[in-house]
Formats: sequence, structure tokens, C-alpha cells
Amino acid sequence: MRRERAPLWIAVLATIGAAFFILPLVGLVVRTPWGDALGSLTSPDTLNALKLSLIASLSSTAVALVLGVPLAWVYARVEFPGRAVLRALTTLPMVLPPVVGGIALLLAFGRRGLLGSLLDSAFGITLPFTSAGVVFAETFVAMPFLVLTVEAGLRSMDRRYEDAARTLGAHRWTVFTRVTLPMIGPSLAAGAVLCWARALGEFGATITFAGNFPGVTQTMPLAVYLLLETNPEGSFILSVILLLVSLVVLVGLRRRWLWSV
Amino acid sequence: MAVVGVTLDAAVRLSLGALELDISLGVGDGEVVALLGPNGAGKTTLLRALAGLVPIETGHVRLDGEVLEDTTTGRYVPPEKRSIGFVFQDYLLFPHLNVLENVAFGLRSRGSARAEAERAALRWLARVELAERARSKPSELSGGERQRVALARALAADPRVLLLDEPLSALDATTRASVRRDLKSHLSSFRGVRLMVTHDPLEAAILADRLVVMENGKHVQTGTPVEVTERPRSRYVADLVGVNLLRGEADHGSVRTPDGMTVAAAGAVSGEVFAVIHPRAVSLYRSRPDGSPRNTWRGRANGVELYGDRARVRIEGRVPIIAEVTPAALADLKLGEGAEVWLSFKATDVGVYPA
Repeated sequence: MRRERAPLWIAVLATIGAAFFILPLVGLVVRTPWGDALGSLTSPDTLNALKLSLIASLSSTAVALVLGVPLAWVYARVEFPGRAVLRALTTLPMVLPPVVGGIALLLAFGRRGLLGSLLDSAFGITLPFTSAGVVFAETFVAMPFLVLTVEAGLRSMDRRYEDAARTLGAHRWTVFTRVTLPMIGPSLAAGAVLCWARALGEFGATITFAGNFPGVTQTMPLAVYLLLETNPEGSFILSVILLLVSLVVLVGLRRRWLWSV
Repeated sequence: MAVVGVTLDAAVRLSLGALELDISLGVGDGEVVALLGPNGAGKTTLLRALAGLVPIETGHVRLDGEVLEDTTTGRYVPPEKRSIGFVFQDYLLFPHLNVLENVAFGLRSRGSARAEAERAALRWLARVELAERARSKPSELSGGERQRVALARALAADPRVLLLDEPLSALDATTRASVRRDLKSHLSSFRGVRLMVTHDPLEAAILADRLVVMENGKHVQTGTPVEVTERPRSRYVADLVGVNLLRGEADHGSVRTPDGMTVAAAGAVSGEVFAVIHPRAVSLYRSRPDGSPRNTWRGRANGVELYGDRARVRIEGRVPIIAEVTPAALADLKLGEGAEVWLSFKATDVGVYPA
């Protein structure tokens, strides 16, 4: 690539743009009372929130993989009327304000919701304000990232590899598991990580649909927000933990799949 | 076309984009058939249809009397149950599997245990002299090695039919000759129907017992390599083998082209005929020659190409003719672009056969 010097006005604006991201991070690291870090980390509330966050985000990633990969496959491979509309509707949560998503979930799966009332009366199952509700909310918001990434992977794959597998006697399930999935491996991994990171950071839909009960539905982002009122230093420490997790994900992704800078 | 002891018998009609494929094909036991034709003739699509990868609109595919596909009854056997091995043009080795796993893929897919499948795969790799590359990834192999792995992978699945789509076209000229020699011996040891696609007449002549020429999705000519090259029935084949081909009406010693030009041809009697004139039989002169050849006319040189130690000159005249001369003769004649020249060839050097 040709080396180029940036014109002054571009350099100034670019510097401001970069500082806009760097300064808050620096503030977080500088103002965090590192001395109290261990104490805050090992408090039961923090540990519960961290545990719930990890379990819920990993569970919703698992659900997204099980349901999202087939959905991506259908979008990439099957022509049917209304595909574009359906695809738009299922990716809407990417741009929808999460609070709206949470309310929509309540209206569908809440105790008086469309399906929720049926679940309640027939099976005695209620989702809102439970840990399962947290997984619901996170999956709703995060799964579209996985679907879109995997769909792009399926579309860019050379399908003649699947043809080759079939002429060798492989049935469709074998073709899918031994050829298609490995060949879209990078997209699958990138989609899963993006989905997981989005689920880990989920706030609006979770607090709306699942509420904020410590130990049951209070995830890390909710705990951070609440601690800000009562124990600001504690919330700084939790924020740094989330920051580190995000950083590890980003670096790991960059190295393997996303960008080759 | 009826072939004795046919084992693969297909009639395929389908349209795919601009291509209108409409062809019948029989491949007998023990023969290697090459489909020869220009790009876009539908050769690859025909192979894919035989393998069940492209649906046929009307027609059938039968193998040893067993119906694999028949549009009148609606029967369709999917590719994985056809037992048709396919060597793709760019090989399509699975990039995430190593060489051994690639070759073992067919047996594994049919339920063989890993150890058993890999033992069989290793035997096939030994046959193509690549046993020591078993643990390599396809990306680490040379083009010739990939071709051999692709062949071993197709054969290890124990197919009844072997289809090869331009098996040598992805190779450079230096490896092509040796890979072609190996391919010939592997083809001759395979017990089953063998059908390959090529657009290289030399490759076809070396590897195949019979050629099927197709153009624009249609059958043009069938015959042994010698028959096809000596009696081409299309401009495409004539250009490939490098002979002059005319088509016209025979009239007791001459052939009249649709443009109204006549060429003296000893064998011409009557009816619609092809006339073939080898470029070697055409002589060139700077001034009007005086002698026995019945065909003599003046033309204009238009394009000179070197073929090894020979030069081929295209001469526009009564009918366009390509003449073959030595480079020395070319220099003596001072044949630049557009230079005027006389040509002649004997009526007995014109091969005539019914169209």
C-alpha cells in the first residue's frame, strides 16, 4: 500500500474521533479504586451477577446456534415467497431499541401475552422475571448477529464442495456436518462470538422482560447500573471486568476471523 | 447412436441460462469416451446431469439397465446413491480435511469405520504414489498431486461410473504430460464406465477410445479419434485438428460451396458433402504456377502462425484456405500481411465424404 501523510484537517478530526473512544476508557481505568478491587469482586452480589451473566449469555449463544444456523441456512438456500420480509423481521432486533424488544417479549411471552398465557394456564410456566427470561431477552437481541454472519458465510461458500461430497455418497446430513459446517467455520465462530458479546452486554430488553432481581435476573450490566447509585467504586470495578472481557473477545476475533490488519 | 453392450445410456434435455442441452449418449463397457467441444457447449452440465447434480427436464439416465432418472416416471435417484464418481475440473478437495481424510471421505460417508476407511484410503494413495503426503492439507500440494488425490478420492468410493471434467486443464504444460500418462494407466485399470470432458483434441486422442463432439448443447459427431480428426464434421473440430473444411454440393469431380465457388475434388460425385484439405497439401507461389493441380487461384495472405517448425498462412481468396509451409519458404516468399500469393492443391488431395 502507498504510504500517505494525512492532510492537517483530516489528522485533527481523526485525532478527536480516536480520543472520543480512548478518554472514557482511560477514565475508567484511572478512576477505578484498584485497592478495593478484590473485595468488590468477591462480594456475593458481584459473583452472582457475574455467574448469571456468563451462564445466560452462553446459554443464549447456544440457543442462537441451534435455532439460528438452520434459519441462516433457509435464508441462504431456500427460495420462498416472503423470504425478504421474514428476513427483515427477524433481523429487526439489531436496530430496535432493546426496551421495545423487552416490551414486545412481555406481550408475547408474558403472563398475559399471546403465547405466555397459554404457557401459564397449560403448563404453569412463566418466563418473565426468571433466569430463563434473561436467556429469552438476550437471545432475542443477539441472535440476529449470528444469523446474518452465518448466512453471509453460507452464501459465499462454493456449493460445488457439497456436490463433490454427494457424489462420494454422503447424505445431506453428512454433507451438512462434515462439509458445510467446517467450511463456514470462520463465519460460524465470528457469528457466535458477536452474538455472545451482544448477549453479555444486553441491558434494556433484560430489565424490561426479566426485571432486576439479584441472583435471579440481575446480570452484570444491571448490577453495574444499580451500583452506580449506591457504590460507584464498585460499579467501576465491574465495568473494568466487562471491559476486559470485551477486549479479549475483540483481540481474539481480530486475530482469527474478522479483520486482517 | 446404438453401441453394443451399452452400460450407461442417457438422453438429456434441459435448459440452463443460455444453454439448451439436448443430447443422447451411450458409453459402453470397457471404452473410454471423451466429450469434446468448445466452452459453453454444455459438456460440464451434461456430466452434472448424469451425476444427478442438475435436474433433467426431459429424458433418462440408465446404468446397467437400472433407471437412475426418468422424467416419464418421475424417478430420480439422488447423487449420493448413484455410485457415480466425479473428478471436478478444479478438483474440489475439501480444504479442511487432510489428503487421507479426503480420500477416505467416500467410505466414511457410507458408514465404514474410520480405521478401515483410512486403511483403504492409504492403499489408494499408494496407487497414485502419494502415500507420504497423507497428512498434508490439499493447499500444500502441487496441481498434479491434487489431480491424483481427486482421482484417488473418486475411485476409493468404488463407483460404477467415473466422470472426469477436464482433468488436466488446471495443470501447467510441464506436468500435464506426466499426469496424462498416469491418468491413462488409472483409467485403463478402472472397471466401469469412463466418460471425460475435454477441449484438448490431443488429450482426447491419447486418453479416449471414442470421441463425442458437441456444440451448443447438441451432438455433432461421434467416432474414434482417427475418424473424427480425419473426417471432421464441424468447423470447430476442423479448427482444432488444423485442417481446411468446406461444405457444399458435390458434382462429378467438384464441390460447389454455398457462395457459388467451386473446388476440384477427385472423389466428389453427388449430394451434400464435406471436403477436407490438409494445409500440408497446399503449395504457395509468388507467380501463377503452371502444372497439373486442378485448384489454383490467387489470394491474399492474412495472418501467419507458427506451429513448432512449421508456419501456417491463412489465404483469403476464392475460398479461405490455410497453407502450411516451412519458415524458410515463408521467408523466400516474402509473405507479409496482405501480400498477394498464388496457391494450388491437387484434386486428389481433397478428401470428400457425405455430410
